[in-house]
Amino acid sequence: MFEPLDKSPADVYLSFTFEGKSVLAKPGMNVATALLTAGITVLRNTPVSGSPRGPFCMMGACYDCLVSLDGATVQACLTLVEEGLVVTRVPIMNEVTE
Amino acid sequence: MATIIIGGGVVGLSVAYGLLKAGKEVIVLDGTDDDFRASRGNFGLIWIQGKGGPKAPHYATWSRRSAALWGEFADDLLKETGVDVAYSKMGGIDYFTDETELEKRVETYRSLRDALNDDYPFDVLEHNELKKRVPEIGSKVVGGIYSPMDSHVNPLLLLRALSIAVRKASGTVMTGVKVVDINAHDHDFNIVLADGTNVEGDRVVLAAGLGAIELGQKLGFKAPIRPQQGQVLITEKLPFFLRYPSSTIRQVNEGGVQIGASKAEIGLNDSEDIATSAALAQQAIDIFPHLGNVKLVRSWAALRIMSPDGLPIYQHSPIASGASFITCHSGITLSAIHARLLPDWILKGANGLDLSHFNEDRFNV
Repeated sequence: MFEPLDKSPADVYLSFTFEGKSVLAKPGMNVATALLTAGITVLRNTPVSGSPRGPFCMMGACYDCLVSLDGATVQACLTLVEEGLVVTRVPIMNEVTE
Repeated sequence: MATIIIGGGVVGLSVAYGLLKAGKEVIVLDGTDDDFRASRGNFGLIWIQGKGGPKAPHYATWSRRSAALWGEFADDLLKETGVDVAYSKMGGIDYFTDETELEKRVETYRSLRDALNDDYPFDVLEHNELKKRVPEIGSKVVGGIYSPMDSHVNPLLLLRALSIAVRKASGTVMTGVKVVDINAHDHDFNIVLADGTNVEGDRVVLAAGLGAIELGQKLGFKAPIRPQQGQVLITEKLPFFLRYPSSTIRQVNEGGVQIGASKAEIGLNDSEDIATSAALAQQAIDIFPHLGNVKLVRSWAALRIMSPDGLPIYQHSPIASGASFITCHSGITLSAIHARLLPDWILKGANGLDLSHFNEDRFNV
């Protein structure tokens, strides 16, 4: 499990939600770090096989940490936490029906 | 003796697959990754509406025959190779943001329908009707044309399936080779590769895309073809919303939305540019505004292989009876009919299928 190296309490905490669940983060954390620290490791499932994915490279290269923010797909590791962010999983893929 | 197919793209492999089914020995000579490969850059449509036009109803008929064969063709490929090429036959819709352009197109389709004795189904849908079928369209869309004749497929999976199918049927595929010379006598061919290897056979099929411009002369073909650049964008994978492909936007089976396609006469240039990408993106957003919030993940340019009238060329060699030339812009649409019907035309020559509408003589005016 992930835990922060710096265990000192913060002066302020920021609060945001992921899938409606409240998550606390220190200022300067990105969304991926905050979610991992909160024990949330699976952020999405792949569109084709449904395999689970979470933050991996933490530097914007792997695109495995995609989440949805204001209707757009963003990389959680490149998105700074702000107070009140509403983060959700990327929309679920459904099969084409004929 | 083997039939040698010069070109291992969708056209060459479709014909190879068909010839193997007809019991022939086949050797496919495929180029390198650096060659211009329409089979790896195309849009994946099996598109019928608009093909041919009133002047060439035979092209509309030929394309439709291929579309009709496609379902069974895709099933066979799945059975034989395990590759599902994601063939979807929902019909297609072309969207219009300009009233005059829509009217002009409808006029063309009506003349074509008349030339085909009314056998050419399409529906003209004005904005509100269209919105019922495709709720995501934006206010700039004035209408669209639906045709049940259109369908689409994943073109890279098709290439893969054909490549596997040919090998499974004991076809030989030589990859990364370059043909430098062809010695042709009737039914006796000796093909010289860049590394000095000689490949011998009793028939040759030239299906080398733009490579035929140079190689065609060696077999007596005029090969009056030219490259036409097209650029394509693809978005991140999205939840499925687009049931119907159009000639400029379709959602591929894996979720990405593919946006095309520009047309530029700039020779052998397959580099994409920002201005063209921006114009394509804008067009797509005009039709589906919600795409404005979506990320692009790739863009590329590829070269179409165009004849002077845009139609395929099927030509037997005037200097060596065992040689045939095949080229077309719509290798995906025609893949099924190429596999099923061209073997007869290749093997029986003048006694086989009559494709004289599509020979090179039509350019002698």
